[in-house]
Formats: sequence, C-alpha cells, structure tokens
Amino acid sequence: MRGNHALAEAAVRSGCRYYFGYPITPQNEVPEYMSERLSKLEDGVFIQAESEIASIHMVIGASMAGGRAMTSSSSPGISLKQEGISFLAALELPAVIVNMTRGSPGLGNIAPAQSDYFQATRGGGHGDYRTIVLGPNSCQELADLTYKAFDLADEYRTPVVILGDGMLGQMMEPVELPPEVQIKKLPHKDWTLTGAKGRPSRFIRSLLLDPFEEEEHNWKLMRKYERITKEEVSWETFFADDARLMVVAFGIAARIAKGAIKRMRDEGLKVGLIRPISLWPFPSKAIKELTKKVRHFFVFEMNMGQMLEDVKLALEGNGEVHFYGRPGGIILTPLEISRVISSYYYQKKLG
Amino acid sequence: MKKVFSRPKSLKKTPFHYCPGCGHSILHRIIGEVIDEMNLQERIIGIPPAGCAVLAYLYFDIDMGEASHGRGAALATGMKRALPDRIVFTYQGDGDIAAIGTAETIHAAARGENFSTIFVNNGVYGMTGGQMAPTTILGQTTTTSPGGRKQKRDGFPVNLSEMLAVAKGSAYIERTAVNSPANILKTKKAIAKAFRIQAEGYGFSLIEVLSPCPTNWKMEPIEACKWIDDVMAVHYPLGVLKDVTGDKRDAH
Amino acid sequence: MLIKTVFSGFGGQGVIMMGYLLAVACMYEEKNVTCLPSYGAEVRGGTANCTVVISTEEIASPVASEPEFAVLMNNPSLFRFQNQVQSGGTIFLNSSMIESRPVRGDLDIFEIPVNDLAKKFPGNKVANMIMLGAFIKKSDLVSLDAMARVLKDTFGNRNPAVLKSNRSALQLGYDYLE
Repeated sequence: MRGNHALAEAAVRSGCRYYFGYPITPQNEVPEYMSERLSKLEDGVFIQAESEIASIHMVIGASMAGGRAMTSSSSPGISLKQEGISFLAALELPAVIVNMTRGSPGLGNIAPAQSDYFQATRGGGHGDYRTIVLGPNSCQELADLTYKAFDLADEYRTPVVILGDGMLGQMMEPVELPPEVQIKKLPHKDWTLTGAKGRPSRFIRSLLLDPFEEEEHNWKLMRKYERITKEEVSWETFFADDARLMVVAFGIAARIAKGAIKRMRDEGLKVGLIRPISLWPFPSKAIKELTKKVRHFFVFEMNMGQMLEDVKLALEGNGEVHFYGRPGGIILTPLEISRVISSYYYQKKLG
Repeated sequence: MKKVFSRPKSLKKTPFHYCPGCGHSILHRIIGEVIDEMNLQERIIGIPPAGCAVLAYLYFDIDMGEASHGRGAALATGMKRALPDRIVFTYQGDGDIAAIGTAETIHAAARGENFSTIFVNNGVYGMTGGQMAPTTILGQTTTTSPGGRKQKRDGFPVNLSEMLAVAKGSAYIERTAVNSPANILKTKKAIAKAFRIQAEGYGFSLIEVLSPCPTNWKMEPIEACKWIDDVMAVHYPLGVLKDVTGDKRDAH
Repeated sequence: MLIKTVFSGFGGQGVIMMGYLLAVACMYEEKNVTCLPSYGAEVRGGTANCTVVISTEEIASPVASEPEFAVLMNNPSLFRFQNQVQSGGTIFLNSSMIESRPVRGDLDIFEIPVNDLAKKFPGNKVANMIMLGAFIKKSDLVSLDAMARVLKDTFGNRNPAVLKSNRSALQLGYDYLE
C-alpha cells in the first residue's frame, strides 16, 4: 500500500468521517482516497475547501459537533493552517493534522524533507501551546500512528500532528490495517455543540479578555501538556546495547540511518540508533539515560538541525553531539550516510 | 396580570455590553425572539465572530462556538455537514465577512452550504476602534480613512450581498436594516425566513443588516438611524436580492 | 537476503508500474518489500524511477545505495545509474532507445529491444511488460506464476483486453532471453 493511502484508510477505520483538504503535492493521494472512501459511507463528509485556511476551520466546525475530523497538507499549506491549529489548541478540540513535509522554506520543492520539525513541535501558530507530534517511519506506522492519533486527540482534547514527509507518503510497503472502530462505542464527549436539548446551553470559545482568566486557561493547558509528557512518550532503539556511538534520527531519516548502521555493523563499528516516535513529547529521559553507557551522539536529519536542539536539551551538557543534515529535499543513501558517520567514529577513536 | 413583553427565553439574563444606540442589541433580541417563536432553542447552534459581537455567547442561551476572524462560514460548513438536522447560523460583521472572510463566504454560498448568515453591516471595524471597513462608503470618515474614503487611495466598497446573490448555491439573500420599528420587523421576518428555508434544505441564506454604530460614526443614535436611510441605504439598497423559494409568505 | 532493484526511464514508460508489480509479486511470495517511487512535477515526460527493496528480513532503508539490478528504459537512466550498480550486478537495457553501452566490465548486461517488440501489440503500450518478463526470468526474484497473478489482480477488473495483452507481453519478454 502507498503510504498516503495507508494513512487515509487507517483514519477512516479509526472513525474519521470528516475530511477537509486542499490539493498540494506530495499528499494528494490522501484527499483523493478520502473523497472516494468517505463518499461511500452514509455519514462520511469530504470537502475540497477553497483554501488551507478554510479547511482547518471546517475541521474546527466538525470537531465542535463531536466528529472525528482530519485535514492533511504539506509544508506551505501547513503554514496556512497554523491559525486554525492555534484555535484548536485554545478551544481544546480534538483533530488530526497530517503534514507530508516537502523541501522548504517558501514554495521550496516537492521532494521529501524534515524541515517542519520546529513548526510542528513548538506549536506552530501563535500562543503558548503544544500539539502532540508523531513521526512515523514506515507505511505500517503511518497507519498505526494515524489510528492512534484520533484516540490521543479525543483523550486529551488536543490537535495531533502526523509529521511525515513526501517520501513516506509516496512509498509502498505491505501494511496490516487496524480494525474498524465502532463510532457509537467511542467514549462520550460531554462538551460538544449539538443544540441545547435536555441540558444547559454550552459555548466553546478562546477569547478570554480577563488576563487572569486567560492565565488560568494557559495553566490548564500546561497541566494537560505535562500529563501528555508523562504518559505519551514513545521511541525505539536499534543496536543500542553495546553502541559506542548513538545515532539520533526520526522518521524516514531514521530508516536510512538504520540501513547505514547495518552496513557499519558488518564492518565491526559499534553504532546504534535511537528513534523518537513521539517528537512532542520528546523522549528526553530516554536519551539522557543513554549517557550512562554512550558518550557520542550523532544527530542525522533531513534539515539544518532542528531536532538537534531537543537532543542537546535532553543531554543537558552531557556527551558530545555531532550533527549531519541535508535539507532541501535531498535523499541520502545508506552508503553515503554511513561514510559520514564512520569518519566521525574513527575521528573520535571509538574503534 | 398578563405579561405582554418579556425577555426571549433563548437570551440569558445578562445585560448587553454594546454601546448605546448600537444595532447589535436590537438584532440579538430579534434573533432571540425568532428562536423562541420557531422553537429552535434546543436544536440551533450559533457561530459568533471576532468583532463587537464576539461575546454573543454571553447573551444567547443556545449552543455557540466561536470562530476566528473571517472563518465563520468554514466553521459553519464543517458543523452543519456533521449535524445536518440542526439549524446553524453565523453572526458576522462587515470586516469579518467582506474582507478577511470573503473567500470562505463566497465558496460556502457557491457550494450551497445549508446554513444561514446574519451579516451586520455598519461600515466600520467597530471593536478595534472604527477603522475603515470593506463596506465603508466613499467619503465616509474613519480612523484609517481620514478626510473620507477616497476611491483613488482606498478603492470602492464591496457589495458582498450582490456578489453572493450571483452565486448559484445561494438560496435567499436579503438586505434589511434595524434603524426603525418597521425595518426591525422586516429584519425579524427575514431572519425567520432564512432559518425556515434552511430547515427546508434550500441552501445558503444570508441577511445583511444595516446597523447603526453611533460611537464610531461619531453621531447621536437618532442621527445614526437617519444616516442609514439617507446615505447608507443609497449605496446598499434594502430589499430581497435573491429568493429561489418563490415563497411569498413573508412578502413585504 | 537483501536485493535492491532500480527501474528508471521517462515518465510514461511505465517504470513505476514495473516496480509496483514486482513489489506486489514479492508480497504475494511472503517476502518483505518496499517500493519507493520518485515523483516529479510532471505526469508525462521528465524522468521517473522506482526503487524496490526485497528481503527475507525486516527492511531498514527503502533507499538503495548500490542496487544489484538496474532496469533502464532510456539513455539518461543509463548515465545516471550505471555507476551505482554493485560490482557483479546486472543491467537490463532497453536497446530500442539506448544507443550507448555501459563502460563498466564488471556487470552482466541484457539488451532487450522492448519498444520494437511492443509494436506487435495493439496500442503499442506494453514495452514495460516485455521488460518485466525478461527481468523476472534473469533476476529470479519472483516466479512467473506470482507475476501472472499480480497482473490478473491489477488489471483484471478493467478492460479484459488490457490484461490479455499485458499477460502475453510479459510472456514474450520472459521467453525472449535464453
């Protein structure tokens, strides 16, 4: 299955019935798939909106009404959606936003990149907020993490970002799809706007003119983010046990790094990998923990060094960090990246 | 004793914060009356804007979800599609709907989205302090059109309702005013009709309401009401701009 | 086992389709597989390529550093990929369109004039299937039977004539090389 199709099908299976989007390469397979799939469901709604901005606000409307809603785009389009993402966070509405990142800034190109890491993990829009950010690295994870994203969004009433890239979306791999969720059996939401029948009227708003009220709202959000940081961190390691150098990479870059590490292991280099799966919350503790055994960290990203900052923050001055990044949509081969990593390995006299 | 006048039950017992002579208070009240009369309180959802009416949820005792500036039509689209059997309306000002939200509004109308919009046109950005709006008429002085709106510098105002009447998906577009008892009654009828044809599934409906803003117009309330008739309504003529229902029940 | 194949040619020559069909056939044979298409801004023309990685173990990188096989449908593809192929690897070359020949002496090279062979078929659109037939015979990555099943599942619910001509083109390519 193509990555974008796996993601879209998993969304429908997790109960997403409302999709609003706007065409942009390299994610067009998502709206194309959703238009066909949702039009065959009685309760499915697909709208190709007039803009990215409109589509994210349609998501807000459907989410207020209690539905599982999603939009998808790629870098320049995600910038346009930031207004709505800030509102989703402030209004405490669940939603899933997919970014199949492409080479940027500006219009950039349509090749895969990881240059929206900052935008995704720092909130992205205005105001003091975070979004949960998940970084899949295979078609299977695109399906699994999207499926999970809807549950997380509902549980914490917060927008969840799937941070993929053009390559992941276009790639094809065998995928085991998750089961269909019974929408009626999903946990009840006691805050939706459905008409004030048999209950007092409700309102959902983000305007809080009284600074003390706004501060309290910010504290409330912060407490929620603390809970997420405690509960929802995920990562995986690869050849970590005896590693003398740990590569830190996420998403598709981690996949390429894995290929490189296999090559280096064949040559006897003790190199391992840690791959953050949740990019926010970031697995800081897991990375810090590694310093008990490893001193050298090699961050590889398809950008100019964005997750690098989180790795440095996590290490709190422990260990040595080296960075190699290729922005602009360049795809390195495992051989190329293995050469860069091994030369660092030998320079530091690790083998 | 028989009660002949009381607060609509779909309005909360909160005094309006609007300036003296402002049209919002009147409009809120008549919307409340329509909701009561049509028995919609339990199945209507309102979408207040950014602007003076942003606090509408403090006054209406119905479900309300706030939209960001200009996005009411997109939010209403998502909501109404998710809840097709409810009545959904947006309440938007001129800056909101005819400047930043033009794209959302025109496309919602073109798609024939089945919700209603109450478009309050007072020709200024009220809440931010009386700047020039897309509907500020030529010659009208605002804080950003000193000496009056000039075509060369500021361009022409936007006649949004006329544009929306051209859209194939719009069902009912009418322009009214709240500057006199007769016009207020017409406005109330128009709103009721918009909600009714939404319930009947005709598609997009919009009532543009010319509304006085004495504070930013720097006029006395009575003078402001007169200015609507004498000046504003010349540029924005009152009346039905489009009605695909052929329904004469509310003809006036 | 870890085998990487690159298919490359003009957009419209069906190179992505070749990669896709190979990937699905491998999936039918219970192998791990990734299929990574390149994508350009144009739908026709331009260059297109597709990397298929096949393994009995979990596949780390879908990007191939040094492919074992390269299936090259036009001249620019030859120039781009001939030096990336592993020593001892194999190039399948569309000799109808590629005038040059690889300069390396450490590769096996099969030349198939797929565009000329495709002229026999109505619509003249099956050059890629002929190439795919030749490829699966010499690469021995999947069986002809598995590929025939994939063709049936991919084209079976469209025009039956399309399936038939693709199927016989596949066979022609398979039989073309000794």
